[in-house]
Amino acid sequence: MTIKKFVVGCFDDEDVLFPAVRKIRKAGYKIQDVYTPFPLHGLDKELGMRDTSLHTVGFIYALTGLTTALGFISWILTMDWVQNYGGKPHFSLAAWIPIMFELTVLFSGVGMTLTFCYLCQLAPFVKKHHFHPGATDDKFVMVIECTSNTNVQEAEAFLAASGAKEVNTQMAETGWWLGRYDMDRKLFETKTDVVTA
Amino acid sequence: MSLTKYESFVREPLVDGEKTYNKVTEDIVYTIETKPTRLWYIGLYISVALLLFGVYSIYREVTYGVGQWNLGKTVGWGWDITNFVWWIGIGHAGTLISAILLLFRQGWRTGVNRAAEAMTIFAVMAAGQFPIWHMGRVWLAFFVMPYPNTRGALWPNFNSPLLWDVFAISTYFTLSLLFWYSGLIPDVATLRDRAKTKFRKLFYGIASFGWTGSTKHWQRHESLSLVLAGLCTPLVLSVHTIVSFDFATSVVPGWHTTIFPPYFVAGAVFSGFAMVQTLMLITRRVMNLQDYITLGHIEAMNKVIVLTGSIVGCAYLTELFMAWYGANLYEYDAFFRYRLAGPYGWSYWIMMTCNVVSPQLFWFKKLRRNIEFTFIMSVVVNVGMWFERFVIIVTSIFRDYVPSSWSLYYRPSIYEIGFYLGTFGLFFTCYFLFSKYFPVIAIWEIKHVLKTSGENYKAKMEGLEKLSNDEFYNKTHHH
Repeated sequence: MTIKKFVVGCFDDEDVLFPAVRKIRKAGYKIQDVYTPFPLHGLDKELGMRDTSLHTVGFIYALTGLTTALGFISWILTMDWVQNYGGKPHFSLAAWIPIMFELTVLFSGVGMTLTFCYLCQLAPFVKKHHFHPGATDDKFVMVIECTSNTNVQEAEAFLAASGAKEVNTQMAETGWWLGRYDMDRKLFETKTDVVTA
Repeated sequence: MSLTKYESFVREPLVDGEKTYNKVTEDIVYTIETKPTRLWYIGLYISVALLLFGVYSIYREVTYGVGQWNLGKTVGWGWDITNFVWWIGIGHAGTLISAILLLFRQGWRTGVNRAAEAMTIFAVMAAGQFPIWHMGRVWLAFFVMPYPNTRGALWPNFNSPLLWDVFAISTYFTLSLLFWYSGLIPDVATLRDRAKTKFRKLFYGIASFGWTGSTKHWQRHESLSLVLAGLCTPLVLSVHTIVSFDFATSVVPGWHTTIFPPYFVAGAVFSGFAMVQTLMLITRRVMNLQDYITLGHIEAMNKVIVLTGSIVGCAYLTELFMAWYGANLYEYDAFFRYRLAGPYGWSYWIMMTCNVVSPQLFWFKKLRRNIEFTFIMSVVVNVGMWFERFVIIVTSIFRDYVPSSWSLYYRPSIYEIGFYLGTFGLFFTCYFLFSKYFPVIAIWEIKHVLKTSGENYKAKMEGLEKLSNDEFYNKTHHH
């Protein structure tokens, strides 16, 4: 992990934040992330993020669950442990629907949640760098990554002019969990790892 | 001033009072960050005492066998299965509020969903006790698990509704827990970032999973909760449907009716909402959250109660009609001789009064918005719903096909009652601890609707409706 420099601006109104995001991106700054106390609809699009594929993953898990249940039950009741239940057919699909449904839902729900935790790197005892404690209360914290081209003073002034109530510069260890790892929304390439102003 | 969102003035505010994002946090976490009141301790002690009595009752049952209960030749399912169905039913409201109302985009769910989901989890925990301990030789409970074993590769019967129940309830519990906790993580992070004491820093630090509030994480979080809601919606219907299959697929007159699945689901939502009302009315008063759980919320839930209560009433009448119209002697007797009348006739009429007649009073707006009346009704409905399960189970089986075994009049033993009280202890112990250490209202969800549905923000929207279309558009769609 490398230590990088970030310019942090705290906004206290989402109505100011949205135009600010657009302005700052237009100016060529690289927004690392915006930390918010609740989901702001449309902010992901404004930041140029692609849609998440989590629901697709959920669908695949669901199919896995369905296949597991059907395969497992039909193997047991038609091959491994054949029983005569009131003369009914061994392959009695209708009676298996409840369990097939439950496993579909179970696999999908559990799988999606674990995938979510993995992608967002959420787990007990995980510690991350928090740019501002207010990000879980009432502040919208925009974090701009400094590159070799960034003039920190200028970036800070620009943030303040865009409506940020509190501006500062922080050094933080970057990891892909910091949020900015979707390569498809990179505005420009960074050449070096350690960057100074 | 520009508005990002606009909501019609016809809609009641969901959050009352002069609120900002910070005020919302402060209001909701107040009770977590201060010492619990004397009332909280008294409540917790009573719950723990009940829980201990339940543990003792179970100890008696495990040590001396199911004979500690007054189950007999005909009534093999008594209070235990009655209580099981009752608790499971109560759980359903939490999922309905958090999942189905999310899909229907009902904003008012934000005030009550967190506590209702917690209630679901605790109710399912309480419900799960009954079939497990009812097994008698509980140390063989793992036999229900399908795994390759040394018992000759003996598999459970996948065609049996009782095994479907095992799968349904464990899936339901797991998904409810995931849904609840994934929604809780951002709020726990709020508590972590405010924590002053060492214990709170450690506890909420671990429990918040390192949540930061990153936009990408929120995007995934929204996707996750939406899909989980989509999964939980058919799941919750399936759970009580499968519970009803325990009865409906049998050949017992009074049980084997095709109306059971929708009737059970409606009854479950009915009793669950009543329990949510009971808990919410106490919670909002004790924790001073009247601004977040408003009269509007209470009225909305009462509307669900009157709707589902009417569906349940309709089902009761349909059952009676079919018992007569079906022209089957046993079916007719089960309903008209042993249910409406007979030694347990009193329980049928308690059920009818509590579930069908009294909720109809909620057609009056005045009563729907009356807190004391709602509280009484919420208890009445749950008494009625308990008797519904008792009526279905006991009155259908206490006189079986062999008249020589009819002499028995089933009464619960002290340990059957103790077991039931013990599950109340479990439920309320969990609820008291939850309400002390976690936010009972979803903070981030309230913030999410604050600027559209908060009273002070709605006041600023006044006059917007009088504007011309163009002006209205410019003011409300500013990005």
